[in-house]
Amino acid sequence: MQPVVDIRGLTKRFGEREVLRGLDLAVPAGICFGVLGPNGAGKTTLLRTLLGLTPVSGGEVRVFGETMPAAGRAVRARCGVVPQADNLDPDFTVIENLQVYARYFGLSAVAVAERIRELLAFVELSDRADSPIATLSGGMKRRLTIARALINRPELIILDEPTTGLDPQVRRMIWARLRALREEGRTLLLTTHYMDEAERLCDELVIIDHGQILERGSPRDLIRKHVEPEVLEVRGKVEQARAVLVNSSGTRIELIGDIHYCYTRDARGLLATLEQHRELTFLHRPTSLEDVFLKLTGHELRD
Amino acid sequence: MPNSLRPKFRHAAFAIWARNMLVLRKMLGPSIVVNFGEPLLYLVGLGFGLGVYIGGQMDMPYLTFLASGILASSAMNTATFEALFGVFTRMVPQKSYDAMLASPLEIADILAGETLYCATKSVIHGVGILLVALLLGAVTSWQALWVLPILFLVGLTFASLALIMTAYASSYAGFSYYTTLVMMPLMLVSGVFYPITALPEVMQGIISGLPLIHAVQLVRPLMAGLPVTDVVLHLAVLTAYGAVGYLVAVRLVQKRLCV
Repeated sequence: MQPVVDIRGLTKRFGEREVLRGLDLAVPAGICFGVLGPNGAGKTTLLRTLLGLTPVSGGEVRVFGETMPAAGRAVRARCGVVPQADNLDPDFTVIENLQVYARYFGLSAVAVAERIRELLAFVELSDRADSPIATLSGGMKRRLTIARALINRPELIILDEPTTGLDPQVRRMIWARLRALREEGRTLLLTTHYMDEAERLCDELVIIDHGQILERGSPRDLIRKHVEPEVLEVRGKVEQARAVLVNSSGTRIELIGDIHYCYTRDARGLLATLEQHRELTFLHRPTSLEDVFLKLTGHELRD
Repeated sequence: MPNSLRPKFRHAAFAIWARNMLVLRKMLGPSIVVNFGEPLLYLVGLGFGLGVYIGGQMDMPYLTFLASGILASSAMNTATFEALFGVFTRMVPQKSYDAMLASPLEIADILAGETLYCATKSVIHGVGILLVALLLGAVTSWQALWVLPILFLVGLTFASLALIMTAYASSYAGFSYYTTLVMMPLMLVSGVFYPITALPEVMQGIISGLPLIHAVQLVRPLMAGLPVTDVVLHLAVLTAYGAVGYLVAVRLVQKRLCV
């Protein structure tokens, strides 16, 4: 089957700065695909090239088999976009936002009346249909933005950090809705900083940094491939912790900030040692995608 | 010419026009005050006051002379202000253009819709002035209704020109330069308040190369019930300014938003 997104050797430069460097990426239909990477890795630029909103400096971008940005208009008609920053229309109420946006797709308010009812129910905003945008909470705005992105029954839904800044309840509600959309057979492509989000939602993902793909796979495969199954996060005075941990064999230790991360296949020996050192506190947990991410993209801060 | 630069007056442009009209409908109250209050002040204050001194200098009452000048310059002002402040608000702080560009709309469509809306506002404002002028006895014949489509064109012209300014602007601050250094002088010298024959010939020549005088020279005879001369020339100048403004603005906004 033809991939929904097919990118070959994509390069994007802003003046001297090379933001994407020879990216190859194929996203099959019907899955939830994640694009992970630190700030400035090129995630948002990648999404903009998919929508034909920016010219490419080199390589080829195909969406639904059509070349971008030339086919931008036709491709965007089949896409839904949830942007990073809310850009709902503050001049309108909830329902007017959907009606006006439908018109951008050539759909009249009458033609989408039923669709709008469905969408408001889908994001649990039916009782707020006539509320002005200014009265909505952050979570409601984000849900409305998702409803807006679905007005044209898109085959591909592009989400740029869909749950950033939202409380845990709203995040879980949005995850459930996104999974429902995937069940309907739509393709989802999302960027995120939250590894738990990627682990819960994505069938497959890529980790990108400095405009290149570092790794690709399912969350489980990536964890298995790159990190040990267990980790102990040891907190305390750095010098003390180092003295205690220095002799532990079969353990890969990384210091990030003031925490020693001890990756291991078998934590029993280390746990016994730590029991004798009450001055150190620790957290024992299975490894997650976050550990993979930190290993591949390094520890230095990005802004 | 690249695809994106070709003017596209498609249904897509009307989606933007319709969006803005919906906002306008919500602000009907304040807009009525502006549409009728301002021309009333101008025509009563200047027309009656100044008219006494000017009296029979022209082949029409000064009130009619002034009303036609105000009609043309108000169409310019209305369209310009909307294309500066309104468009900038939607494009930059409100990020409405980002949302629009995630749909099939392109920048050429959006700006076409914006200019259509600006011109519509010019006509609505023109209706207000026309009604006030009628009440004050400054309208003599049905021919005056032809003014409205002219005002629509004038609105398109000046909205397109102002969009160039908006495309460059990083904040609202620069707009006051445009209004005080471009619009105000244009209004003072383009035959709105007095015939340009009062000015030195060199100046008359320069002014004839600028758009506003052509709007005035179309509107004035229509208001006074006199035959209109050089119709094609006036329409051509207004259209040319508008077309160039629109094409340049589309290119600039493209460079600004689609990098």
